[in-house]
Amino acid sequence: MATTVFKRPESMSTNITHYCPGCTHGIVHRLVGEVLDELGLRERAIGIAPVGCSVLCYNYFNIDFQESAHGRAPAMATGIKRTRPDTIVFTYQGDGDLASIGTNELIHAANRGERITTVFVNNAIYGMTGGQMAPTTMPGQVTTTCPMGRDVQTMGHPLRVSEMLATLKTPSYIARVAVHKPSYVIEAKRALKKAFQYQVEGRCYSLVEFLSTCPTNWAMTPSQSTKWLEDTMLPYYPLGEFKTPDEEE
Amino acid sequence: MPRVTIEKDRCKGCSLCVEACPQQVLEMSLDINVKGYFYARPVRAHHCIGCRVCAITCPDVAIEVAVHGTLYHYFDY
Repeated sequence: MATTVFKRPESMSTNITHYCPGCTHGIVHRLVGEVLDELGLRERAIGIAPVGCSVLCYNYFNIDFQESAHGRAPAMATGIKRTRPDTIVFTYQGDGDLASIGTNELIHAANRGERITTVFVNNAIYGMTGGQMAPTTMPGQVTTTCPMGRDVQTMGHPLRVSEMLATLKTPSYIARVAVHKPSYVIEAKRALKKAFQYQVEGRCYSLVEFLSTCPTNWAMTPSQSTKWLEDTMLPYYPLGEFKTPDEEE
Repeated sequence: MPRVTIEKDRCKGCSLCVEACPQQVLEMSLDINVKGYFYARPVRAHHCIGCRVCAITCPDVAIEVAVHGTLYHYFDY
């Protein structure tokens, strides 16, 4: 008798995603679905959709979802979690949403230690609006708003969100993972599961940053973009856990 | 024998699974699916070791893996 060892998680709907071929958003969606299934949180979970490529991500999950204003997902999650502490609230945000317009909301949600989980997808570019420069764009990377490449003298260096949040004194779980290769995806799932586990235990704020690819706006094939991520982004954005609540106690 | 099933109309032809497969089981098709993409399909199914790497790397959850009997897995997922 055949045993199915891999199939779509129940927390995901059967809709086909609108993402471009090779976009790793789909992998992150699936990881969220798998973690919610494995921890048995499907009936309690509430997701907050951002503005960006994943603006329609409520179509792809079989859980309650709420759309928020651009960058304000952590603020909305705070409200939901405080009025319904029994729910599991997570925000799903890209780098334009979280690291640019929503930096304020994010930092203060983390600083207050809200018991929410943030899924942060960092692909170093604004995807939905046509490939503009994001705060996380790599030095020298060509985008539609920096056609000569990002010049760090005038535009500053890419923002390392995880390191920045790890300096806060409030206990939290902050980790950075990548999803461009299967071995990294397996590690990523472990980190995400830990992040949700901390929220279930009501211990701390948790954020997992996923280094992700954007083949369309990087103007590469999916396999070239995984290589570009490995060569360019990984040295600047080191992977690992930056902060765990255990070290504070 | 492990069995890889690819739902061809979900596939967007990114070919990440073809590159990830350690046994070269998968190949890109020369036909197009309903969305107009060249989809991935298993061509050397008898080489499959059921490692699930293709399914783990697929961004569109198009791949399902089934195995017969007990199979030792090198990694938890």
